[in-house]
Amino acid sequence: MTLDDLATVCVIVPAYNEAEVLESVLTGLLDVFPRVVCVDDGSSEGSADIARTAGATVVRHAVNLGQGAALETGFAYARSQPEIEHVITFDADGQHDIGDALTMLATCRATGTDIVLGSRALGAAVDQPLRRALLLRAALLVSRVTSGLPVSDTHNGLRVLSRRAFSRITLTQPGMAHASELEGAIKSHGLTWLESPTTIRYTEYSLGKGQAKLNAINIVFDLAIARLRSAA
Amino acid sequence: MIKVVLILCVLGLGWSLLRGSSSASKGAVRRLVSVAVGLLGIVAVLLPDTLTWLANRVGVGRGTDLLLYGLVVAFACATVAAWQRMHRLEERLARLTRELALRTVDQRQGDRL
Repeated sequence: MTLDDLATVCVIVPAYNEAEVLESVLTGLLDVFPRVVCVDDGSSEGSADIARTAGATVVRHAVNLGQGAALETGFAYARSQPEIEHVITFDADGQHDIGDALTMLATCRATGTDIVLGSRALGAAVDQPLRRALLLRAALLVSRVTSGLPVSDTHNGLRVLSRRAFSRITLTQPGMAHASELEGAIKSHGLTWLESPTTIRYTEYSLGKGQAKLNAINIVFDLAIARLRSAA
Repeated sequence: MIKVVLILCVLGLGWSLLRGSSSASKGAVRRLVSVAVGLLGIVAVLLPDTLTWLANRVGVGRGTDLLLYGLVVAFACATVAAWQRMHRLEERLARLTRELALRTVDQRQGDRL
């Protein structure tokens, strides 16, 4: 794909205290994508400066809100820029593959699908510890039940959203429950979706930054409350 | 009798937790309830026997037990109210922070395209 093809694509990188790896991730993305927006979620380290120096557009939360809120801010930014047609969400910890993102974008464009979700179940999870695999298995089950979407993977930060998708979906869960919330929104808004294989590379760094096991309970609780509230 | 009252209290709490709306009428109810609780408190202090009498009427042995039940229900109400208020504040904080972030964004892609 040429630079012109990618001018209408915005890569959103939510970052919270990712100073160690942020620069290499953003530089890698900026080599391919002209438009990279880093949402600094109130990092205490100099993540915003690093992102600015790397050449990314920086949207900075004054206080830490959570990854879901950071993604929603990225979507809000994309909604405010009428020329943006596709949004790619990409984690800041360097576990995603840029080639996967390009493949998903191509799939999204070729099929006219509203949203393409990355799936490590269809692709690969390199160096994934057993504990993480079990945790994700549990998260997947919860996600399927609460969102009603038969996905093969969840909490995968790599996604491609068309304008139709990111202008309809509004994430209200500030924390990690946003992944299941997004899947639920796909269903409730009647958006078309596909899954695409992705490779997740687990490094010591990304594992250290990963979610604590007990956070799964928080996610289930948040989702249950949100679900009951919308029913009441 | 007291079991029915307590279960109704729990159900009412759960319902208000899910509804989560804060309308003017709800505020009025809250004020009326706090006035009523205050008056009941004065009565209970001046005439302690009325509490025991009331407890016996609803099938509780002692007035102090009834007071304890009331305390538990009141505490649960206060917790739910505080939780709801915090949740609303968090939503506002997120909106405010997002608005501020989007207003102060430094555009970089302009010189790259």
